[in-house]
Amino acid sequence: MGLIDEAVGAFETEVDNLKLNVKDAVDQLGDDLAGSIYDTILTTKLGKVVGWAQKNALWPATFGLACCAIEMMAMANSRWDAARFGAEVFRASPRQADLMIVSGRVSQKMAPVLKQIYDQMPDPKWVIAMGACSSCGGIFNNYAIVQGVDRVVPVDVYVPGCPPGPEALIYGVIKLQEKILSEAGTQEARKRVA
Amino acid sequence: MSDSNNKEIIEKVKAEFGDSVLEDHNFRNDQTVTVKKETLREVCKFLRDTPGISMKFLMDITAVDYHKKKPVRFEVVYHFYSLEFNSRFRLKVPVGEKECEIDSIHDLWKASNWYEREIWDLYGVKFLGHPDLRRILMYEGFKGHPLRKDYPINKRQPMIGPLN
Repeated sequence: MGLIDEAVGAFETEVDNLKLNVKDAVDQLGDDLAGSIYDTILTTKLGKVVGWAQKNALWPATFGLACCAIEMMAMANSRWDAARFGAEVFRASPRQADLMIVSGRVSQKMAPVLKQIYDQMPDPKWVIAMGACSSCGGIFNNYAIVQGVDRVVPVDVYVPGCPPGPEALIYGVIKLQEKILSEAGTQEARKRVA
Repeated sequence: MSDSNNKEIIEKVKAEFGDSVLEDHNFRNDQTVTVKKETLREVCKFLRDTPGISMKFLMDITAVDYHKKKPVRFEVVYHFYSLEFNSRFRLKVPVGEKECEIDSIHDLWKASNWYEREIWDLYGVKFLGHPDLRRILMYEGFKGHPLRKDYPINKRQPMIGPLN
């Protein structure tokens, strides 16, 4: 074995070591990149994202009908704070609202008005029947009161109580959010905007 | 809390309209007189314009349905208040079922306009001479008068509006 062979052997060892170092570095780099991609990219359906956005930004129409309306106002106040669930912006115009909280008894004379306001709200829209009266007529089983607002507009969530407290109404809003999210991306959600 | 010079309204009304007073009642100076409906307007004018009575304020008009309990079915009840003497007075007028009508007093107290419409709406008592006798609480197209005792309690009328 000559001096030259020895030198070539040493050189090859150096090259192998370098290659191993580079491989480690590249592996390390790959792991880091893979992690950063994992942290920043999410795959889902578009409908799900839209539904998620809708559920967290419900805009109720200002539509107080009776004593339930007092509890509805309390729900928006700081003590119960419906803003935590993104449903605190009561709009005076139905054109800017997508949630109708029917808070109180609906008289026969009020039913056409309620229907018109519901029709004026843009799609998609939801209805919460708040309290016994708007759910089924309540104690007012008589000539003047509509026996449940579901005879006039389609209802998504019924909140029982006479009147239901603000926390019960918030629970109703949460239930509605669950409904919106479970409907998101399905045929049901498509029907709402059709 | 009435002043002393306003206690004897019943006596004054009786002295003025002896024959038309059917009944009177006084419980702790809560005075009530029942008169024939022909003299309603005269009694009202008397109560309003007589010094010492001075019932300037018409507080309320309502009606009662004594279905099968009294020979004359309805009673229209007027509540007056004297701002001058801080005293109240109640006037009742029986109205039969067949000629279910009574003189309007809308020109004596303007406040009576809507009260009379309400009674027409819910009891079906007609007010003669009323300028605008329409329903006020129920909607146009509602059939019957729902506070009458013979209005069926389970009767429901079709809903109105764009839904139907």
